[in-house]
Amino acid sequence: MRREIRIGGFGGQGILMAGVIIGKAASLFDNNEAVQTQSYGPEARGGASKCEVVISDHEIDYPKVQNLDIFVAMSNEALIKYIGDLRDNGTLIVDPGTTDIEDVRDHIEAHNITVFEAPAGKIAAEDIGLLIVANIVMVGAITKFTEIITPDAAKEAILDSVPPGTEDKNIAAFEAGYSL
Amino acid sequence: MTEELFIQGNEACAKGALKAGCRLFAGYPITPSTEVAETLAKELPKVGGSFIQMEDEIASAGAIIGSSWGGTKSMTATSGPGFSLMQENIGYAFITETPIVIVDVQRGSPSTGQPTMAAQGDIMQARWGSHGDYEPIVLSPSSVQEYFDFTVRAFNLAEKYRTPVFVMSDEVVGHMREKVIIRDDLEIIPRVKPESSENYLPFRNVKNGTNPMPAFGQGFDIHVTGLTHDERGYPDTDDPKTHETLVKRICDKILNNKDDICDIVAEDTENADIVVISYGAPVRSMITAVKNAQAEGKKVGYIKINTPWPFPDEQIYELTKSASDVIVIEMNLGQLYYEIDRVVKCHANTHLIDKIGGLLPTPNEILAKIEDVGGN
Repeated sequence: MRREIRIGGFGGQGILMAGVIIGKAASLFDNNEAVQTQSYGPEARGGASKCEVVISDHEIDYPKVQNLDIFVAMSNEALIKYIGDLRDNGTLIVDPGTTDIEDVRDHIEAHNITVFEAPAGKIAAEDIGLLIVANIVMVGAITKFTEIITPDAAKEAILDSVPPGTEDKNIAAFEAGYSL
Repeated sequence: MTEELFIQGNEACAKGALKAGCRLFAGYPITPSTEVAETLAKELPKVGGSFIQMEDEIASAGAIIGSSWGGTKSMTATSGPGFSLMQENIGYAFITETPIVIVDVQRGSPSTGQPTMAAQGDIMQARWGSHGDYEPIVLSPSSVQEYFDFTVRAFNLAEKYRTPVFVMSDEVVGHMREKVIIRDDLEIIPRVKPESSENYLPFRNVKNGTNPMPAFGQGFDIHVTGLTHDERGYPDTDDPKTHETLVKRICDKILNNKDDICDIVAEDTENADIVVISYGAPVRSMITAVKNAQAEGKKVGYIKINTPWPFPDEQIYELTKSASDVIVIEMNLGQLYYEIDRVVKCHANTHLIDKIGGLLPTPNEILAKIEDVGGN
């Protein structure tokens, strides 16, 4: 089965890292096929950014999103821009600290979208004490709500991806997101 | 040890270069190719190699030509704007028969165009960008694994035929991450050096076209010039025969070995009404679209060209014989299309999906074209 996920936000939030971890978990540790792609502007930080991962138990030809199953919005701009790409009955995960779900309420109801709220920024800042791990909290929430990757694979991919010395904070961030 | 990694295409390219024995990278960073330089800047010193950031792309091409004559497998990576600047030295590399690998991660163009968006607008520049007659070898990967594999093959072909080889990727394949398997038992072709300096001629008119290549400073007194040269390498610019012999040998050593160099993949082309042809990243969209069309009962096949140059004309002619229609997909306004049209127009109508703007053509766009063309 093919599943497609997009994470949208702005540059500097670690959206790309979140997508790489999901792709790596699926590909190397869950033994599925995975392709991760991204789009970004020429700015280093602050511009609109999106990252997509396609996961399948079959070989993946077209690497981009065709029929978006899961959309994760980490900025309100991304939420409004991409909500229309989410398929009917799809899954939306938002960080209520950086998005306003009321802006897309009509669309959610019209298309029977399932919504999960994951206050990744708040958890990262207050519980972990490090705002920059909000993306890893979100990976935990994505793993929990969508089961697109297994928690063991997610943790192996996190340990394989984060800078040495930051493993404990990142695993704690994942666990916090996964226990939502 | 065989390694399995989930990495970006450009990183896979750098790892392929290291595996193939590349020990010098000279370049000037440019989006969307920068990760090739970044990875090699970190990794080359660990294996005794050198990384040089040059002042521009003209100098980058010059540095890798010089390094190759020093006996070191060498490469650079760039995008369209840099590839344009390299063209003068590329011609020099062809006439001096210098093995080098140049990676062009194509982006929207002309000029500085769209730095972070994909395109295939340089595929004719790879063929004809420098002046004069020459026969480039060009490899075009569609996946991260192929980007690794084709980079290794680029170095092997460069050594085997003592010639520049281009790896033409694009922003999609360059930045996409996928699993890549790095095997240990890859065939690596080493630099073939002459055994003795006695009676040695570096540009001899040998039958297979390719001479062993000495390295500067290792006892061979040789002269290397961009001027038309005799078998010793000395300028001989006013004898028509010298020029004809030299340039034809340089071209023929590629053209006479197309069976060895050309690489294409064909699926379901026998008895197909429609054959879809592409290369590079849009192949990924093409395969999905062809599978979807086949599910609708259409007799459609596809050809994936791994080596746009030298152009695999005989294979494409044979594989499209049953088709009434051929659809070419390119991320430009039609470049390789005209080469394909030249080959198939005696038996099929040719159609073009010309996608520019930076995004891959979608499977649905291709499927719509297949339905529109109909076949027969």
